[in-house]
Amino acid sequence: MTVPTTTEALAVQSRSSWTRTVRHRIIPAIALTVIVLVTASVSVAPLLAPYPPLKQDLLNSLAGPSGAHLLGTDDLGRDILSRLLWGGQPALSGVAVATSVFAVVGMTLGILAGYLGAWTDRVISAVLDIMLSVPGIILILAVLAIFNQNVFAAMFVLGLFAAANLARVIRGLCLALREELFVDAARVSGLTPFRIMSRHILPALTGQLLIQMSLFAGIALGVQTGLGFLGLATPAPNPSWGGMVGEASQVIEQHPLFLLVSGGIIGIMSVAFGLLGDGLRDLESDRRRIAGSGRPIPLSALASAESDPHPADPSVLLTVRDYSVAFGTSSGPRTVVDSISFTVKEGEIFGLVGESGSGKTVTAQSLLGLLSENGGIVGGAAWLGSQRISPATDQELRKVRGREIGFVAQEPMVALDPHYTIGSQLTEVVRTIGEVSSGTGAIRARSLDLLRSVHLPAPENIMRRYPHELSGGMLQRVAIALALAGSPRLLIADEPTTALDVTVQAGILDLLRSLRDERGMAIILVTHDLGVVADICDRAIVMQRGRIVEEGAVEAIFYAAKDPYTQQLLASTPNIARDAADPGRDTDG
Amino acid sequence: MVEPTLVSVQNLAVEYRTGRLRRAPVGVIEDVSFDIAQGETLALVGESGSGKTTIGKAMLGLTPVTAGRILFNGSDITHLRGAGRRALASDIQAVFQNPFGSLNPALTIGRTLTEPLLVAGDLPKAEISSRIGELLWRVGLPGDAASRYPGQFSGGQRQRVAIARAVARRPKLIVCDEPTSALDVTTQASALELLHELQDDLGCAYLFITHDLAVVKEFADRVIVLEKGRIVEEGRSVDVCDHPAHPYTRRLVASAPVPDPLLQRRRREERLALPDL
Repeated sequence: MTVPTTTEALAVQSRSSWTRTVRHRIIPAIALTVIVLVTASVSVAPLLAPYPPLKQDLLNSLAGPSGAHLLGTDDLGRDILSRLLWGGQPALSGVAVATSVFAVVGMTLGILAGYLGAWTDRVISAVLDIMLSVPGIILILAVLAIFNQNVFAAMFVLGLFAAANLARVIRGLCLALREELFVDAARVSGLTPFRIMSRHILPALTGQLLIQMSLFAGIALGVQTGLGFLGLATPAPNPSWGGMVGEASQVIEQHPLFLLVSGGIIGIMSVAFGLLGDGLRDLESDRRRIAGSGRPIPLSALASAESDPHPADPSVLLTVRDYSVAFGTSSGPRTVVDSISFTVKEGEIFGLVGESGSGKTVTAQSLLGLLSENGGIVGGAAWLGSQRISPATDQELRKVRGREIGFVAQEPMVALDPHYTIGSQLTEVVRTIGEVSSGTGAIRARSLDLLRSVHLPAPENIMRRYPHELSGGMLQRVAIALALAGSPRLLIADEPTTALDVTVQAGILDLLRSLRDERGMAIILVTHDLGVVADICDRAIVMQRGRIVEEGAVEAIFYAAKDPYTQQLLASTPNIARDAADPGRDTDG
Repeated sequence: MVEPTLVSVQNLAVEYRTGRLRRAPVGVIEDVSFDIAQGETLALVGESGSGKTTIGKAMLGLTPVTAGRILFNGSDITHLRGAGRRALASDIQAVFQNPFGSLNPALTIGRTLTEPLLVAGDLPKAEISSRIGELLWRVGLPGDAASRYPGQFSGGQRQRVAIARAVARRPKLIVCDEPTSALDVTTQASALELLHELQDDLGCAYLFITHDLAVVKEFADRVIVLEKGRIVEEGRSVDVCDHPAHPYTRRLVASAPVPDPLLQRRRREERLALPDL
């Protein structure tokens, strides 16, 4: 068997989670530390620097590192470490100016355009288009000429024009946020647009803002030091990082270390800004990931599971015994299905009933091996006839899925690809698993038969349609046709009518009933709706928090429920046929 | 006992431009008129595409109205915008379907509930937190809920927060757009009970938008049945559910499954005997 053992699975998991931790946590933390340390030491340069930045020691020019000059001296004998510390001030304050302007202007324009929409959006978008079409470098050179080499004016302009990019991103996010229900709720609460923007829209955008700011800071540093290198930003002899690279390049033969440290600090800071931005982006996407991305549960039950269902009754199709499913979470495994046992007979419609968190859907999905990665069967087993289907390897499951067991999901679009016609998707499934020998004609005929069997009118027409051209009820019928392609003995339907209107629901339930009658196929119907159970099921189990609390024929469940939870479910289910006495008010007490 | 009219909707029509990205057909309503009396529960029932949600949005000023009028306490609020609309927030409130989307995940429950009270401005800041404690107690949530985030609560508890937000300023009308359809049945029952109790306390009217006729029968005084943006039937909810007159309503009633296998079998046979629409 090709199943990974427990230790192997754990090893794989710890390796991947280790690289994840490094990529998502440690590297950004290092980058942030570097940025904070460098910025802090640059800002207290007067205290830290061992020499004034302009103090010359011509007898000691181009010296290597020594006790007196930790990083050596330049061609005029000035201390390189001191000049690096002082030179960071124009560089980093320039970056600060550019980044602040970038953030404030970009955020403001983006939120105004995205939230207010209408003509505000049109005006701002036009301004942004103009800003984006102006060549930035030429503009900055012009500003430097006009403002007499004022680096702050140049960085202000850089931030202002780069803000157009940020505003575009923010506007797009805002357009989506504006449709959020909590924004509608805030409007209904009587909040002013300004308050909605500052309290509801802005906080949702901070993650994205920090990412963009950090990435832009790297760019701004490049521009600032580039201007310094060209001698346009900080007039000599005052130190600047870019200017020092220029000086170092003149003496690269005599003093290579000079270039290494002056270029190195720029490089390190640029990389740090970039890595911090990437790290924030990962953090943001981690936060958005759906809950439940815990540690995988190894298939420990597989080796120990019994291989024989010990069938007592030949009419039993599905046997589930002492079956437990658990999910790995950050706080350890959590059992969601707790040693349940039940059987489904041939040709029976069997209800798996419960509220959210009862484990009904997990049970159904696990029978098809459809648990998410961090879930696993931790005890017991399930058999179809005499063949064990859960726990089972992927290879074993492939023979079962579609051929022995069909599956219909709540959302028909789970089974259908929006990019292909119904016909191409159906014929592909028929070719793969349908019992058709070969030949395009036979496959097509079988596909049309399947569509007819789910009572879809004009099947030739349906074959040519794309999923979005059909109504929800028709799509669910197509999904059922797909599930029938392999003539399964068991159909598992997970809340197949929950997303549909009641009149459509009635039609789908009629269809499932007639399919059972015609084909003798058993159906497991997962549902929360006792009305649906009463309509279609022969037998059912009621689940609560992973355990079975009631099981039996539906008449027994509805007319003689023993468990208090089942009784509460029955009392809570709205009933249009109940007499007009108002139970909602009666229970006021 | 005829209560005075609170809201009067007259010949309301809403059309969506199908421009740019939105090509899907969006609910259009035509010539819809009805009244809501003070303290009454009026249900709007219909299937997807019937326009029931659009009517609710029009009442809340969240969608532009093409034609017709909405009168609230006699004054025309159809095209009210800006400060005038915001002032209406103390009278008209809403509970939305999806309690996972209607609460800002970045704000604590306390901050979410502070907002409407702060906007109202009639409560000194010091009293706001005691009022919030009172609201949370009233909807059956623990007192420390104020300092927690929506993510730490279940769907039913979040809907209670949304209800607390709606009643914070003692409105006269609450638009409930499928307030319980995302909840489990046991949770739904207790949420409906809470809405009932609050109505008894506050005397507010509900416009209760739903697809579920069984809930209508148990919860609403009167019902309006919508099909494709038009009213096909209206009346006392018990009468409409027990003796539907219009063929569409008849089909809706017959399609609603009941939690009683023997009765449901009989109802199914009756439904299959209905003429096709």
